[in-house]
Amino acid sequence: MVIAKLLDHLGKYLILMGNAFSKPEKTSMYYREVIRQMHDIGVGSLIIVFIISLFIGAVTAIQFAYQLDGTLVPDYYIGYVVRDMTIIELAPTITCLVLAGKVGSNMASEIGGMRQKEHIDAMEIMGVNTAAYLIMPKVLAAVIIIPILVAIAAFVSIGGGFIASVPTGLLSGQEFVMGLRSFFMPYNVFMMFVKSLVFAFLLTSISCYQGYNVKGGSIELGKASTNAVVISDIMILLADYLIAVVLI
Amino acid sequence: MIKISGIYKSFGNTPVLKNISAEFQPGKTNLIIGKSGAGKTVLLKLLVGLIAPNEGQIFYNKVDFLQLKKKDLRTLRMKVGMLFQGSALFDSLTVEENIRFPLDMFTDLTKKEKSDRVNTCLNRVSLDGINAKFPSELSGGMQKRVGIARAIVLNPSYLFCDEPNSGLDPKTSLVIDELIKDITIENNMTTIINTHDMNSVMEVGDNVILLHEGEICWQGNKDEIMSSDNEILHDFIFASPFLQRLRNAAVSNGFHI
Repeated sequence: MVIAKLLDHLGKYLILMGNAFSKPEKTSMYYREVIRQMHDIGVGSLIIVFIISLFIGAVTAIQFAYQLDGTLVPDYYIGYVVRDMTIIELAPTITCLVLAGKVGSNMASEIGGMRQKEHIDAMEIMGVNTAAYLIMPKVLAAVIIIPILVAIAAFVSIGGGFIASVPTGLLSGQEFVMGLRSFFMPYNVFMMFVKSLVFAFLLTSISCYQGYNVKGGSIELGKASTNAVVISDIMILLADYLIAVVLI
Repeated sequence: MIKISGIYKSFGNTPVLKNISAEFQPGKTNLIIGKSGAGKTVLLKLLVGLIAPNEGQIFYNKVDFLQLKKKDLRTLRMKVGMLFQGSALFDSLTVEENIRFPLDMFTDLTKKEKSDRVNTCLNRVSLDGINAKFPSELSGGMQKRVGIARAIVLNPSYLFCDEPNSGLDPKTSLVIDELIKDITIENNMTTIINTHDMNSVMEVGDNVILLHEGEICWQGNKDEIMSSDNEILHDFIFASPFLQRLRNAAVSNGFHI
């Protein structure tokens, strides 16, 4: 029964995505909407991404310094670990998990509210492909802007590691920079961008699907918003594992 | 012209519409009336393609609506305007942007041409100068009129109105009814109104269909309503105690109603 329900949702999700990525009625209208969404997702999420990344970098540095205490591992490894932890895992995954909560629930509520107020029906009757007009710009905007947010998160997180470890005397600035420059593999950056692209697609498309299929009243809208976050988070973690298996 | 034949629709095991056949002529206001739960809204949603029937056919000028491909369906829908019960105006857009939306989406008109068209439509519904207002700043009647302006901005051939008078006072209802009727005649549109407002029926009912328990139980025009001896129709019309008293008084004074 559960599997049948899951397959039913998967089928509906794939059909919706098929409709969402069909030819736009008017490219200029979609372009404007993509730009608006990029602004909403990008600028709107900058502060939260900045704060979270700063603390994640700081915590990573302090935790690793604690692990190193009394060992023969050189201190500059703190910079190295902060960099790699951030690039490979923390920046893309934590940023996208947070964005699933902020952006994903927002999208589900926005589209779900339009469904309830008959805005989607009104557009359908005008002849608008609502799946395309409401979903495609959001997903496109997210896959463009979220990797940029993730890159910013990575820089801020490394900065957080520096602030938490150098001024507090855990290691010198020179050692931290030396750690940052040691054993650097550009492939890890590629992996970070692959992850952020996949996560961006997942969190927006799942949230839009939840909002687009809302039936009922405000309680159902709340449930759809919650489902958008929970399912997006689970799928992001699952995709994280699969990408790690495939790319490493 | 819109023609439907043999329409059957059920939700689960509950039939909502049973063997509905009718014709809706252009230039006339066609009304679908009936009690709540009679199937009016379902029929309207079937006609505009928001839901599909289990059986039956829907023809728009001999074009089989249910057999249209997605692309052709969208092209046909550009000839359809609809006024929703709650107006369905986009909250985050101004009145001008709401009315301009179909023009932006489907036409290559210049900015000035679009603006002129919006002003013409606003003028037609007697709402000049409210272009910059948001829907939340308008009264219910004004929202309905903006909804009509948006519905007619692409010069549609078909106009659907779902409960256009719900939530409005009798005087404003009359204004909306007259507006819809005038626009229908001016543009020779096929207009279908779903209502349970008896004033509307008596004012603009060129072709009235009474739905009862999912079936058409009476069809005629506003002038034939009073002379009909259909019990269900009379129960529906004189459902209000005030009208019942009025009717009894008229009958006792020798009038035939």
